[in-house]
Amino acid sequence: MLYREAGDFKGSYAADIQTFPIKGERYLFWAFVAFCFLVVPFLITPYWEKSIIVPFLIWSIVALGLNILTGYCGQVSLGTGGFMAVGAFACYKLMIAFPDLNIVAVIVLSGFITAGVGLLFGLPSLRIKGFYLAVATLAAQFFLVWLFNKVGWFYNYSASGQINAPTRYILGVAVTGANAPPWATYLLCLSFVFVFAWVARNLTRGRLGRSWMAMRDMDIAAQIMGVSPLGSKLSAFAISSFYVGMGGAMFFSVYLGAVEVTEAFNIDKSFDALFMIIIGGLGSILGSFLGAAFIVVFPVVLKNIMVGGLGWSTDLAAHIEIMTIGALIIFFLIVEPHGLAQLWRLTKEKLRLWPFPY
Amino acid sequence: MSVAMLNLTEVVLNGLMAGIMYALVALGFVLIFKASGIFNFAQGVMALFAALTLVGLQTGQVPFAHLINAIFGTNIHHFGWTLPAFLAVILTLCVMVAFAWAFEALVLKHLVNQEPIILFMATIGLAYFLEGFGDLLWGADIKAINLGIPSGGSFWWEDVTREWAPEGSDYWGMYIDKLDVVATVVAIVLVTSLTLFAQYTRMGRALRAVADDHQAALSVGISLRTIWVVVWSIAGFVALVAGVMWGAKSGVQFSLSLIALKALPVLILGGFTSIPGAIVGGLIIGVGEKVAEFYIGPLVGGAIENWFAYVVALVFLLFRPQGLFGERIIERV
Repeated sequence: MLYREAGDFKGSYAADIQTFPIKGERYLFWAFVAFCFLVVPFLITPYWEKSIIVPFLIWSIVALGLNILTGYCGQVSLGTGGFMAVGAFACYKLMIAFPDLNIVAVIVLSGFITAGVGLLFGLPSLRIKGFYLAVATLAAQFFLVWLFNKVGWFYNYSASGQINAPTRYILGVAVTGANAPPWATYLLCLSFVFVFAWVARNLTRGRLGRSWMAMRDMDIAAQIMGVSPLGSKLSAFAISSFYVGMGGAMFFSVYLGAVEVTEAFNIDKSFDALFMIIIGGLGSILGSFLGAAFIVVFPVVLKNIMVGGLGWSTDLAAHIEIMTIGALIIFFLIVEPHGLAQLWRLTKEKLRLWPFPY
Repeated sequence: MSVAMLNLTEVVLNGLMAGIMYALVALGFVLIFKASGIFNFAQGVMALFAALTLVGLQTGQVPFAHLINAIFGTNIHHFGWTLPAFLAVILTLCVMVAFAWAFEALVLKHLVNQEPIILFMATIGLAYFLEGFGDLLWGADIKAINLGIPSGGSFWWEDVTREWAPEGSDYWGMYIDKLDVVATVVAIVLVTSLTLFAQYTRMGRALRAVADDHQAALSVGISLRTIWVVVWSIAGFVALVAGVMWGAKSGVQFSLSLIALKALPVLILGGFTSIPGAIVGGLIIGVGEKVAEFYIGPLVGGAIENWFAYVVALVFLLFRPQGLFGERIIERV
C-alpha cells in the first residue's frame, strides 16, 4: 500500500530519472538520512562506534571504490589493500608535514595521491585482461606493502615501523586520536560516506559510468562504438583508487589510530573488499553498503555467540568463523550470484504489487 | 672456476629447484583451469589441507579434537597409534577424492554457466572454508611431516664443489638441499605421468576433449560432472605432492597456503592453459627471484622475493598478454 507509483506524477525528465522514483521510497530515504545524522549521534556508544558503525562506514567507501572498478568497469582488482595503504601513508605524511591543514582536506588529498598511484598500476589493464589483470594487481598489493615496510621515510623512521595518527580537530572537536568522542568520528565518517556515495551514484549513471559499463560488457564492441579504452579504464582505476585511498586514510586516522602496514593492509583486506562487493552485488551502490555491513557485522556476531555465549576459546572461534565465512560466500554465490542488492530489487518488485501476486 | 662464478652457479641451481617447487603448485592450477575454466584460488589451501590430513592420519590424531573438547569438556587428542607412511598417503588420497566429489556435488554443480569471476570467488570462499576446516579438524599448531624423505645439505656435493674453487680461496662448497633434489625428481615423474595419462588413456582423452570445448565434449557423450570430479581429484593429488614437499621443507602450518600466491606469477608467466608453461614459468621465476635477491636485494633492503616475481611476470605480460605458452586469445564481437 505504501509502495506505489500511483498518483506520483512526474513533470520533467529530471523527475523521471531520479534515483528514488517512488514518493514513499524517497520520503523513507530522507527520513533515514535524517535519523542517521540527527538521532544516532546521541545514541552511539564507544563499543558500537569502534566495532561496528565506523568500520562499516569506512569499508563502505572502500567497497564503493572497488565496485566502481570491478562492478561497473569489469576490471578485477586484488590490490585494494595496497591502495588503502597508500591512502593511509599519504594521510600520515600530510598530517605530519602540515599540522594546520584541516583533516577533511588531508583525507581528500590522500585520495588524490592514491588516485595517481592507482592510475600507474592501472596502465597494464590496457594490455591485459581478466584473470591475468587480477594477478597483475596483486603485484601492486605486494609491492606497495613492501615499499611502506622497507622505506623508512614513509613512517618517519620510527623504530617499530608503526605510524600513529596525531590528534586533529574540526571546529574544536577532536576527530582523530584516542580522545575523539564517538559521535564526532561517526559524523565525520557518515558525512564522507553520504557525499561520496551521492557522487558515485551520479558518476555511474552519467556519461562516464556508461562508458565503464560498455567496457565491462564487451570491450571490443565498446571501442567500435567510440568509447576510448584508455579514457574509461584509466578513469575507473583513478576514481576507484580515490575512494579506496580515502577509505584507507580514514581507516588509519579515524578508526585505528596506529597502523603497522604488513598487518593492517595485507592481502586479506583485498579479499574482504572483494567479498563485500560480490556478496552485496556487483555494479550496485546499495550493494556496496549491504556487502560492507555483512562482512563487518557477521564476524562480530559470530564471535559474540561463540566466545561470549558458549565460552569457547578464541582460536577455536576464529577457525569456525573463517570456515563459516567461506561457506556463506559459496552459499550466497549459489543462491544469488547477483548479491544482496538483487534480493532487495526483487523485494521491491514484489512490494509494488502486494498483496496481489501479479 | 672463480668464487663469484661458483656463487652464481649455486644461486641459479637453488633457483631452479625453488622454481620446481613453485611449478608443483602451479600445475594444480593449470589442470583445473584447462578442464573447467575455473581459476582455482584454493590450490594452495588444498596443499595445506592435504598435508595436514596426511600428518593427522599418520600420527593418529583424533579429528575435531579441539571442538569435541570444547563441547564435552573432555581432553582427548590422539588415538595412540601410528600408521605406516604409504597407508597414510593412500588414505589421504581417498580424502582428497571424497573432497573433490563433495565439492562437485555441493558447489560446482550449482554454478554451471556462471561468470568466471563468480567461480573464482567461489574458490576463494572454498579457500577460506578449507583453511578453517583443516584447522578445526587437525589443530592449528605447526607439525613436522615424517615420510622418510632425505633432507638437509648434501656434504658430498659440498666436497665436490670445493675442489672446483681456485687453490687457497676461502670457499666452503655449494649448499644443495637433498629435499629439493627429491622434489625435482618427483616433479619430473609427476609431469611425465600426467602427460602420459592425458595422451594415452581413455579418461585422459576425455579430459583433453573437455578442455578443448565443453559443448562439443558433452555432445559426444562425455559426462562433464565425472570429468570435474576426476580433475579435482587429480588436482588434489598434485596438491598432496606439493603439500608434502613444502611441508617437509618448512613444516606443515598456515603459511603453506600462501605458496598459492607464489604460484600465481608462475601461472601468468607460463600461461593458464599450458603444463609445460607451468614448469618453464616456475624455473624462470625461481631463478629470477634468487638471482635478484642475491644481486639487487642488498641494494634496496632485501625481502624483494615477495613482489619481484610479479614484476617479472608483468613485464612478460606486456609483450605476450596470454603468457609464454598460453593459447592465443582470439576475440570476436
